[in-house]
Amino acid sequence: MSDDSLWFRPPPRPSHPPIAPTPVETPRVEISIDGQAVAVPDTATILDACRSIGIDTPTLCYLETLTPVNVCRVCVVEVKGSRTLVPACSRRVEPGMEIQTNSPRVQLSRKMVLEFLGSSVDLSTAPTALEYSSRYGANAGRYGPAKEAALAGERDAREPGHHHPPGSLHAETVAQPVKIDNNLYVRDYSKCILCYKCVEACGTDAQNTFAIAVAGRGFDARISTEDNIPLPDSACVYCGNCIGVCPTGALMFKSEYDLRQRGEWDEARQTKTDTICPYCGVGCTLSLHVQDNQIVKVTSPLDVEVTHGNLCIKGRFGYGFVQGGDPDKE
Amino acid sequence: MDLHFHGPDATLTERSVVDSVLGLPPSEGPGGLRITRDEGHHSLVQRSKLLPAFHAVQNRFGWIPPGAMDYICRRLSVPPAEAHGVASFYHMFTLKSTPPTVVHVCDDVACRIKGSEGLCTELQHALGAEGWKRSPCLGQCERAPAALVVRAGETPSATSVAPANSQSLLAARAADLPASADTRESIRASVPQFGSDNLRLLSRVGRVNPCSLEAYQASGGYSALTKGILQGPEAVIAEVMASKLMGRGGAAFPTGRKWEAVAKAPARPHYVVCNADESEPGTFKDRVLMEGDPFAVIEGMTIAGLATGSEQGYLYIRGEYPQATERLKHALEAARAAHLLGPKILGSSFSFDIELRSGAGAYICGEETALFNSIEGKRGEPRNKPPFPVHVGLFGKPTVINNVETLVNIPQILALGGEAYSRIGTAGSAGPKLFCVSGHVTRPGVYEVDFGITLGQLIQQAGGVAGGKAIRAVLLGGAAGSFVGPDQLNIPLSFEGTRAAGASLGSGVVLVFDESVDLADILLRIAAFFRDESCGQCVPCRVGTVRQEELLHRLRSGKPMRSYADELELLKEIGQVMRDASICGLGQAASNAVESAFATLNPMPKVAQIR
Ligand SMILES: Cc1cc2nc3c(=O)[nH]c(=O)nc-3n(C[C@H](O)[C@H](O)[C@H](O)COP(=O)(O)O)c2cc1C
Ligand code: SF4
Ligand code: SF4
Ligand code: SF4
Ligand code: FES
Ligand code: FES
Repeated sequence: MSDDSLWFRPPPRPSHPPIAPTPVETPRVEISIDGQAVAVPDTATILDACRSIGIDTPTLCYLETLTPVNVCRVCVVEVKGSRTLVPACSRRVEPGMEIQTNSPRVQLSRKMVLEFLGSSVDLSTAPTALEYSSRYGANAGRYGPAKEAALAGERDAREPGHHHPPGSLHAETVAQPVKIDNNLYVRDYSKCILCYKCVEACGTDAQNTFAIAVAGRGFDARISTEDNIPLPDSACVYCGNCIGVCPTGALMFKSEYDLRQRGEWDEARQTKTDTICPYCGVGCTLSLHVQDNQIVKVTSPLDVEVTHGNLCIKGRFGYGFVQGGDPDKE
Repeated sequence: MDLHFHGPDATLTERSVVDSVLGLPPSEGPGGLRITRDEGHHSLVQRSKLLPAFHAVQNRFGWIPPGAMDYICRRLSVPPAEAHGVASFYHMFTLKSTPPTVVHVCDDVACRIKGSEGLCTELQHALGAEGWKRSPCLGQCERAPAALVVRAGETPSATSVAPANSQSLLAARAADLPASADTRESIRASVPQFGSDNLRLLSRVGRVNPCSLEAYQASGGYSALTKGILQGPEAVIAEVMASKLMGRGGAAFPTGRKWEAVAKAPARPHYVVCNADESEPGTFKDRVLMEGDPFAVIEGMTIAGLATGSEQGYLYIRGEYPQATERLKHALEAARAAHLLGPKILGSSFSFDIELRSGAGAYICGEETALFNSIEGKRGEPRNKPPFPVHVGLFGKPTVINNVETLVNIPQILALGGEAYSRIGTAGSAGPKLFCVSGHVTRPGVYEVDFGITLGQLIQQAGGVAGGKAIRAVLLGGAAGSFVGPDQLNIPLSFEGTRAAGASLGSGVVLVFDESVDLADILLRIAAFFRDESCGQCVPCRVGTVRQEELLHRLRSGKPMRSYADELELLKEIGQVMRDASICGLGQAASNAVESAFATLNPMPKVAQIR
């Protein structure tokens, strides 16, 4: 290699300091929501537009930091000219859109979606879903008494395409034993509304680990590792980012689960303290949830620029040293 | 991204089966191949080999062993959890060890009224639980009851048996039935109009050897493509526009507009997809076309490629159609050999080729965006629309997707001229139309008529109700369509005529039930179908289809919760949220048939209504 290889010739210094690009004004779109005229950027979704004028739209599968999957359908609104209702969380605004967020059709759909979830899923640790349910008058009891829970592994083994006809007069549910296969977090899929958030967080939206995916089909669809193997055998790296996005408590710190089992979980007695993770130079923001002087779980605010609420195993679970012990042996 | 594997190493046979689809791996270090993952177009196309690889393994072993699964994941850089999610979506893939031969017995509506339950009982006795499986409609309804014998092994086979009885099934299970090279004889049974002179779409079926390109050309085949190449893409689109052709897959969207949108779309490449997933219960017209006139499908697709500036087509056929798949494979090879596919077709600058892809048992994959996902090696979950396929379709590129029958109309249009074609049929529905007539009629089969004939006339043409019984109901448009009663036989069979009657043509199903039928049982089967076939993505459909089935079950067994009227009210609300808030047409239509039956046919037993 000769002397004039790149190595010896750094690029010339810039003649002037770099300047930040001027922000582009996004064109605005005029729409109407519940009769009120609104102008929003043309990149906005209907949900953004609703929020901009303080209309509280329920969402379950939507999260600011994830790609919208628009599967729960609790956010549907009526758009003039559309045969069906449309999901506010993913539909972009279009000029002249006339949107109804509280019409009888919208109310019925939201109520039914919440009834469907309430009658098939344990929402006891999903305060948002419960609040929506009472807001829309959902009566999950209308579908009859719940069928007995599936045995461990039974739902995971179901094959697509054929089910046994409903033999009893009970409502089918996703109830099944909780999966406890490691000391850091539990998976209680009786509480899973299949919002896809954990899959997105574990996949391309955050972690890129792809330890979990949706498997099966129809009502038997479920979140699963490959072949339903236990987490310790799977690709999971225990970043806990799935726990961070789960809206129902289906994914839960083992510490929280144990306290709840003992009847000792009490959010009124908890404090939340933001601090910086001491482990590495990224410096993620940690929110320590403390009850009775013990860290009971660790979250991270979504609105932190760099990490959007994501952590790694050290920040998420490596707090044992603070308490002078190993989190594995509480 | 590092992928994590847990399974046993693939055996040599497993590897070689996978390699037979994916080609030999470039290098084989101890940890397998270097895994890289980028979401570029190339890697998307690579990932799309996932289903073909699964098929190869399933065909060889009768299931997908974990070692083979891991090996496929390594070769294609697919995370194992995702691959498991994909395989577990399709009911023709099995993830636990299964006997090599499995009989799939159709217990869907048309077969149900022709004794499929008895067949199931007999097979359960003869084979035990492992040797057979229930299946939704196998697309052989004109010859109900139907079954499909699938045998894995070094020389895998799949054989449709219809009409089936337990002897013929056990025989087919024991021995390879010789696949006849030319099916002209056997397919005539499915085309009662065979021999009639005024057929357009069915003119070759049963008459022209479907295995011979020469015979196809001698009967006028490929003259439309020749003409199209001379005229050029714009002129072809103009003809299709002028023809007023509307899609025959169910949604009745104007074909010309679709083609024009793709032709004009700036993003490249463009794709043409033929939707041959035909899984709507009661539908079998596309199968008859593909088995009886496969070159016409290919010619139609090629013209679509020419018109829309596409160089690559995909033909996605349901996995339960072995005969049609064979026919098409053969036809594709013959067309390629004659330079009617491939580079510089007929000496022009137009290049186009077609890849055949098999589905694996999932009705939802007939929905266009679910079909794209399935080709791409993903779960067959429909995408939210917009964006529409003409802008963002297969591999995220502008895509025209058409039904088999739609595409078979294309050569007719170019031959006749769009204007002349548009005068066939009614003002709002141009052209000839295929109907799948089955159930309690004397001569079930595919019928070609001009739009506008009444339902009663069509049933008469099929010989009326067998045994002189009275009609109880007709299922129009398939499970996603609706029931009409004997007082509605004067409905004109056209898009506008059925719409005015509150029904729809759907995929052209006319399934006739005589007075002996237990309509409640049929409704329960339809409800079960939607529950089974829901992809499970969205709440209204995933849970709504279950609640609908449970409710019907309560009514049928005479045990309504609270009052009968309360149950009907609840049924309505379930129907409305599914129709209003579901992502795709499956959920949106899942209550159509049920609600239409309650509206006019009083389907439930009296006892249910007393309480
Ligand atoms: C649940 C569902 C299943 C469908 N199945 C099929 C099918 O099997 N074949 C088909 O051609 N179209 C089917 N469609 C319609 C397609 O989405 C699409 O409209 C059609 O392929 C477009 O082709 P066309 O314009 O030629 O009709 C289905 C739609 C839905 C919602
Ligand atoms: S803890 Fe992290 S790696 Fe494990 S499943 Fe959750 S998101 Fe994926
Ligand atoms: S486990 Fe939680 S985050 Fe994952 S799909 Fe279920 S409810 Fe959503
Ligand atoms: S309507 Fe049914 S099939 Fe369609 S996306 Fe929703 S769950 Fe899937
Ligand atoms: S929040 Fe919009 S569909 Fe779930
Ligand atoms: S083949 Fe059995 S219903 Fe169609």
